[in-house]
Amino acid sequence: MYVAGVDAGSTTTKAVVLDENSHLVGKSLRATGANVTRASELAYEECLHASGIREREVSYVIGTGYGRYKIAFGDTQVTEISCHAKGAHFLFPKTRTLVDIGGQDTKAIKVSDKGEVLDFCMNDKCAAGTGRFLENAATVLDLELDDIGPVSLRSENPLRITNVCTVFVESEIISHLARGQVVEDILRGVHSAIGARTIALVRRVGIEPEVTFTGGVSRNVGMVRTLEERFGVPINVSDLSQYMGCLGAGLFALERAQGASPRRVKRVEAGGS
Amino acid sequence: MPVTAGIDIGAGTTKAVLMDEQAAVLARVSVRTGPFLEKAATSAFEKALRQASLNSDDIEYVATTGYGRYSYPPRDIQITEITCHARGARLLFPGTRCVLDIGAQSSRAMRVDEEGRVLKFRMNDRCAAGAGRFLERIAKALEMDLRQLVAASLESKNPQPISSICAVLAESEVINHITQGKRAEDIVMGAHLSIAERVLALLRQVGVEEEVTLTGGLSLNPGMVKALEETLGKEVNFSKESQFAGAMGAAYLGHWRLQRRGGRS
Repeated sequence: MYVAGVDAGSTTTKAVVLDENSHLVGKSLRATGANVTRASELAYEECLHASGIREREVSYVIGTGYGRYKIAFGDTQVTEISCHAKGAHFLFPKTRTLVDIGGQDTKAIKVSDKGEVLDFCMNDKCAAGTGRFLENAATVLDLELDDIGPVSLRSENPLRITNVCTVFVESEIISHLARGQVVEDILRGVHSAIGARTIALVRRVGIEPEVTFTGGVSRNVGMVRTLEERFGVPINVSDLSQYMGCLGAGLFALERAQGASPRRVKRVEAGGS
Repeated sequence: MPVTAGIDIGAGTTKAVLMDEQAAVLARVSVRTGPFLEKAATSAFEKALRQASLNSDDIEYVATTGYGRYSYPPRDIQITEITCHARGARLLFPGTRCVLDIGAQSSRAMRVDEEGRVLKFRMNDRCAAGAGRFLERIAKALEMDLRQLVAASLESKNPQPISSICAVLAESEVINHITQGKRAEDIVMGAHLSIAERVLALLRQVGVEEEVTLTGGLSLNPGMVKALEETLGKEVNFSKESQFAGAMGAAYLGHWRLQRRGGRS
């Protein structure tokens, strides 16, 4: 028996197929673009292909992510909060605090020893610290998104960046460049400014080890380092961190296929900027 | 007759004004600020001197304001933009009791007394929501320049509300609206209304009173004036000199300081 999880995020859409023993059979990732429904179909097809199975072999499919209600196929939807917690617990069972930073939002989630959501806090009102923020910084510096983290780690004299607003940071970066500051130091400052903001959000749910970092931004080693320095503890990151939402959705799908039902959670609003 | 200079070093543009004792403006200049604040201030000041056919020796007092007010070493004093815009607005419109200053990177609301002294103020300089940069981002997403953006805003019949507060997230929202076939002019007016809402929220916190005067760079944008008046439900004062209100206030307060200094010695 196979199950699948599809995570329609603001920037990328991810899918995984799991077998009945919760083993990962295949995964896929593609840009979401303007048509969420189409992106989720294509991601699912690509994932089935990568898994070497046919759609009729899949018993249960769960959609998650901000575009989960636009996924036209599948059996049900589960919030990305629950899915990320589920996925993080599966990969790192001692996870108690989860930081999920995606393309357009940041979430801090308190997780039980069973991988259930105890409390959470999110910022989806402001792009500061999200993938969109880092994309913008990369564009201004004429770098690839994947390069800014490693480049920031080469800094010897980090600059203090005073803004957190994505738009203002762009102007601030341009000013620093004009004054001859080096890219490494600017980037390290940008990561620190955003790290401080992220920590403030995580403090609202409480920081308890182990801390696991998920979402697209967890691929950025500069952010991982900044958060580790600020938390004062090592942070769990996996190659699958970006797939954590759909992995969790797949695990819920497996439970559903085997007869269990997922828990509902309440949302706590965190003010934007 | 002594002449003072007011230099308003803003995030987007730097303005310089020369003013005589009767508060008559002898020169007014605006230049792009760019990354070098002192250079921008020097350039604006020199252009203003040329416009009035004066030398720097003719200027008795230089007051700076704006976010770069500490970046011009030859200044005699720096004064916050809140104080300066309030005085400047009062010079332009003597009946002013409320001032809305919308610049490139910040917006402010002030309630002032009959002399233009600030009684209460609220500001946002942390985030591009409610400031000029918000419109710049929307223009970029729509592949328009600012002139086209303003022209489009006035064409709108059914403004398209923009729910994102953040300029960057609004940019994605705008792209979705275009994909869904929404009209560019309606999206543009929606963006203006979004700024109006943010700024008027600041104004309500200080208390709305007659008359409301608009200052700062966005006072040059008729779409912005329309959006503010529609949201507020009444007319606001503005003129083509409104963007110089900060520099005018600085120059005016320069005279006041100069007189006080003269009186003491």
